[in-house]
Amino acid sequence: MPKEVSSAEHTTAVRTDIKLTEESFLTDDFVRQLMSVGEIDILIGLPTHNNAKTISAFVAAVQDGILRWFPRERAAIINVDGGSRDGTPELVLNAAIDDAGGRIFNRQTLRTLPSISAKYGNSVERGTAFRTILAAADLLGAKAGVVISPESTNIKPEWLPALLSPIYKEGCDLVLPTYARHRFDGLLISNLLYPMTRALYGLRIREPYASEFGFSGRLGSQFLAQNSWNDEAERAASEVRFSTAALTGGFRISQSFLGIKPHLERRAADLVPALRQTIGVLFSAMDSTSSLWTSKSGSEPVPTSGATQQFVLDPVRINRKRLGEMFRSGVAELQSVFQSILSPDTLAELQRVARSESDDFDYSAELWVRTVYEFAVAHHKAVISRDHIIQALAPLFRGRVLTFLIENRNGSAEDVESSVENLCLEFERLKPHLLELWK
Amino acid sequence: MREIIVSELTRAIQELARDFARFLPRLIVLVIIAFAGWLVAYLLKQVVRSILRLIKFDKLSENAGASQLLSKAALPSATELLSRLVFWVAWLGFILLGVSALGIFGLQDQIARFFDFLPRLFTALFIIFFGLLAASFFSRATLLGAVNAGFPSARLLSMAIRVIIMVFVLSMAFEELGIAEQTMLVAFGIAFGAIMLGLAIAFGTGGKDLARRFLEKRFVRGNKEEENEDEPSPL
Repeated sequence: MPKEVSSAEHTTAVRTDIKLTEESFLTDDFVRQLMSVGEIDILIGLPTHNNAKTISAFVAAVQDGILRWFPRERAAIINVDGGSRDGTPELVLNAAIDDAGGRIFNRQTLRTLPSISAKYGNSVERGTAFRTILAAADLLGAKAGVVISPESTNIKPEWLPALLSPIYKEGCDLVLPTYARHRFDGLLISNLLYPMTRALYGLRIREPYASEFGFSGRLGSQFLAQNSWNDEAERAASEVRFSTAALTGGFRISQSFLGIKPHLERRAADLVPALRQTIGVLFSAMDSTSSLWTSKSGSEPVPTSGATQQFVLDPVRINRKRLGEMFRSGVAELQSVFQSILSPDTLAELQRVARSESDDFDYSAELWVRTVYEFAVAHHKAVISRDHIIQALAPLFRGRVLTFLIENRNGSAEDVESSVENLCLEFERLKPHLLELWK
Repeated sequence: MREIIVSELTRAIQELARDFARFLPRLIVLVIIAFAGWLVAYLLKQVVRSILRLIKFDKLSENAGASQLLSKAALPSATELLSRLVFWVAWLGFILLGVSALGIFGLQDQIARFFDFLPRLFTALFIIFFGLLAASFFSRATLLGAVNAGFPSARLLSMAIRVIIMVFVLSMAFEELGIAEQTMLVAFGIAFGAIMLGLAIAFGTGGKDLARRFLEKRFVRGNKEEENEDEPSPL
């Protein structure tokens, strides 16, 4: 007997047609698969690239989380793959929901949890992967979505309610994670991204650049429509831009504690791309949102479930001598570049720090904040190529890292937290200096 | 005899007066053209100055490193210099037009050659300005890349890039102006070849250890792992 189409279903069908023309970057096959799923409540986005070793356990954890905490909600796993050659997409597709249901409830499950995989290219392009996930969420009318990076090998089923419940049940728009990190891990976040975002926008968001986060359908659709996806640089930094869009767009933001953040091996050469992806985006966002951040002062905490931040104190081998050398050679060799960016006083002070002996080395919080603010203003005024300004920050960041390492060499978790908090307060205290320079 | 002298003198004076009478209107035309030219050139100068200020040409020139050169030579800003150049070229053009109206034999060719030369002069200036801009950009990019990679003698490398680009740009500009084309071509060939040979010898013999370390760092896996221990993770 033919099913009668309700007006709501009809509206959905029309809406899908419109979206199909808008989202023409999705392949026909992927769109067909999405349409066969129908409307959903929750979307789980998994951007992958050669993650075959860990993906099965990863998908099992996701399924466990959905079945345990969202048993009645319609959900789908959307895998967007950057051309894996180890069969990662097949493993995602083959993960059977019945197994998971059996493990959890010890009975046959009455629901389905479809998995769809789409290949977006032959190399990792986080921006394109994220865009595909947002477009899928938009097409399927998902009320809430979550993006989880397969690099997070310690995923637990509890991450799903942590990232989704504030959206699905409390009406939040963006849920960012907080982690237990090694005290010397994520130093770009703790020494620059977090304090500066906090000082600018007045919200204490610990991880503005997160590899896993939850989002509302409302925020996802708006960002999908507004972001400049054709610009390669903006597309590459879309995840940071997403957080910034939520911050500046008046969306409700909260944080959830996810446990230990596994340490990822990175090389010294990773610093400049990391600066481009994070600080470059933050500086660019300052231009378009100046009316918002110039009127803010101080900061407020963000609703957080679980710990705001924890530190792991395991010993770690870091070459402090090399950090010092790279800072000193940077200050000496890039003098002509710094003359275009920094004020004479700040540059003179930096040169004094660079001349100091290793034992007396102190790139103080105040000098670091002044440096960063003057870089932000130079970026705003484009005194030289903006990319060159971001690159020039790398040796100075290494100097600040060295001071942070020296200060917290034998520090407890409380000492490290106190050090980060003092830096945040310094960023807030010196904000008038930024405003004065910005005019 | 006396009558002949008086008659010749009178005829000469009359011819001179006739010539002067013929020449005077042309002289007045020259003065009028020069005055009108001054007005047009002045207006052009103001327009060019406003456009250059609008597009922040001084900032562009500062980025190119041209402002520093001008300042060292006690010259005005790039905007001022270019607008003055436009003024003088335009006025000189009008004056020459006026001079050609005088109908002095032999000057016509020289004036035509001057007008032929103008586009090439502007093209050469254009090449030099954008050459300076490119040299500044690429030498700074090299400097930043070398410093962030921990490469020794980053400034030397950056300077070498700037010199190579400038030699290339100047040879292009001189070729455009048609000044000592052959000499410039040979000089450029010799200078460029000498720089490359010098770099090859320096890198191959003097810097062989450096080259070995560089290649090891680039291609031997063990060193990459060692490097991982150097810095904490930024993100």
